[in-house]
Amino acid sequence: MVENRSFQKVVTHSSLIIGVFIIIFPIYIALVTSSHEQAEVASTVQTWFGSAFLDNYSTILTTGRESTGAIPISLMMWNSLIMAVGITVGKIVISIISAYAIVYFKFPLRMFFFWIIFVTLMLPVEVRILPTYEVVADLGLLNSYTGLILPLIASATATFLFRQFFLTIPDEYVEAARVDGAGPIRFFIDILLPLSQTSIAALSVILFTYGWNQYLWPLLITTEESMTTIVMGIKRMIVVEDSVPEWNLTMATALLAMVPPLAVVVGMQRQFIKGLVETEK
Amino acid sequence: MQKRVTFRNLWLPYLLLAPQVTITLIFFIWPASQALYQSVLMEDAFGLKSEFVWLENFEAIFTDSNYLASMKTTAIFTVSTTLLSLSTSLFFAVKADRVIRGASVYKAIMLWPYAIAPAIAGVLWLFMFNPGNGIIMLALEHLAYNWNHVLNGDQAMVLVVIASAWNQIAYNFIFFLAGLQMIQQSYIEAAAMDGAGPTRRFWTIIFPLLSPTTFFLIVVNIVFAFFSTFGVIHAVTEGGPYQATEILVYKVFRDGFVGLDLGGSAAQSVILMAIVISLTFIQFRYVERRVEY
Repeated sequence: MVENRSFQKVVTHSSLIIGVFIIIFPIYIALVTSSHEQAEVASTVQTWFGSAFLDNYSTILTTGRESTGAIPISLMMWNSLIMAVGITVGKIVISIISAYAIVYFKFPLRMFFFWIIFVTLMLPVEVRILPTYEVVADLGLLNSYTGLILPLIASATATFLFRQFFLTIPDEYVEAARVDGAGPIRFFIDILLPLSQTSIAALSVILFTYGWNQYLWPLLITTEESMTTIVMGIKRMIVVEDSVPEWNLTMATALLAMVPPLAVVVGMQRQFIKGLVETEK
Repeated sequence: MQKRVTFRNLWLPYLLLAPQVTITLIFFIWPASQALYQSVLMEDAFGLKSEFVWLENFEAIFTDSNYLASMKTTAIFTVSTTLLSLSTSLFFAVKADRVIRGASVYKAIMLWPYAIAPAIAGVLWLFMFNPGNGIIMLALEHLAYNWNHVLNGDQAMVLVVIASAWNQIAYNFIFFLAGLQMIQQSYIEAAAMDGAGPTRRFWTIIFPLLSPTTFFLIVVNIVFAFFSTFGVIHAVTEGGPYQATEILVYKVFRDGFVGLDLGGSAAQSVILMAIVISLTFIQFRYVERRVEY
């Protein structure tokens, strides 16, 4: 920076420490609460860890609570995992092949298809809740993994990202491939896929987070408790009839719900930031 | 748009596009057209017959005081969330841009909320404000301020705004920081030599140069507040108390899914579609070069 006054340094660092505090504080409180017994958090505030940490987590992971239909949280996490991975893989596969078609082929109606894909940007599930539910119900996909995953894997954003990346690949690759007698499928598998690895990695982080954190969609199409995902399942722990929510267990569930996407984002931080900034370009 | 050198194949491109296009047609375009169609129909009480009613459903919506109240709630919620989240994250991004030692630790932690689902962010803040045992609620009580968002609509609004803004901090921070790092150091040095202090430099140089990023983020944050915050509202307040936090998306869900008012819900969907389409248009038309790399 231009000035190098130590006073300014102190101000900068203390501001950032406040920022970090704002981020961490709610998570810290949740963590502390999840380590106490129900009686200890029902009417008092705890600011330091208790002794029921392992008990609480093993309770929710294995037996679950009445309020969530006695479905263990581990099953909800399993459902979330299948949904998140399904959406990630599905979106990447169908986006990369459609971007390949649009960039590397000349064919009638190319622009028409491009616009159809573009339109998905303007129709988030929130604006067509009821009719989409009806389609899924008519196809008999309620309470199924297919129903959770399939309708969410069409994605203009991922297609655009791959399209943008393909456009930066020099034409000489195609020419060389042609000279060597490689057809389009060969070219895609042997050259394009390996070159796309970084984009795929970056996109995976974003899509996994997107898939894991879905709320409205599973809420609509799962009625069977065994199909609940953790992010929407937590709702039933807050609204309990005729009694006080078990905050210690609710907070433990909240933490379990945030750990997998957080681990992915933190672990692949560099790819993630690059991917995020690129997708929005 | 396309390569100079392309492959020629009669059927392969269609085959490659088939999965994406099929899913889009079945799960996006068909339901959206159904919403359009249902929005001009009215069903009788038993759901047996429906009648074409032109724009009656829309008329009903725009004269319904509940809907108008929900529009106002949405506006307040969206503006507050966007302003709160953008200003906080810009402040921290500017500080993080200045720091050298420890920068990566600060940045890594500022990313966290991105990974957290809106509903979960809502639950975290709900607990801290919970009447009876919430830490912030008790602190407020200590200051002789009476907090109960279960009964007080304004307080419920404050709660969902804080939770949503907190959730969106990471995204805004990443983009502001990327924008700041693209600003050439020489501008700032020149201004410093002319005697401009840090505050003045920020408002006369950095902030204007950052405006493409800011504008892009405003659009993204509006979309976020409009649609992605459904989880916050549903998990924390369920639109209450007395519809004080019932934003439009939540109302569509409640009227259509819980209340089963087909025509009305479809008409509301159509209005929301119009809003997303205009926002997407603004984004692509005016935010073409979004971030100055």
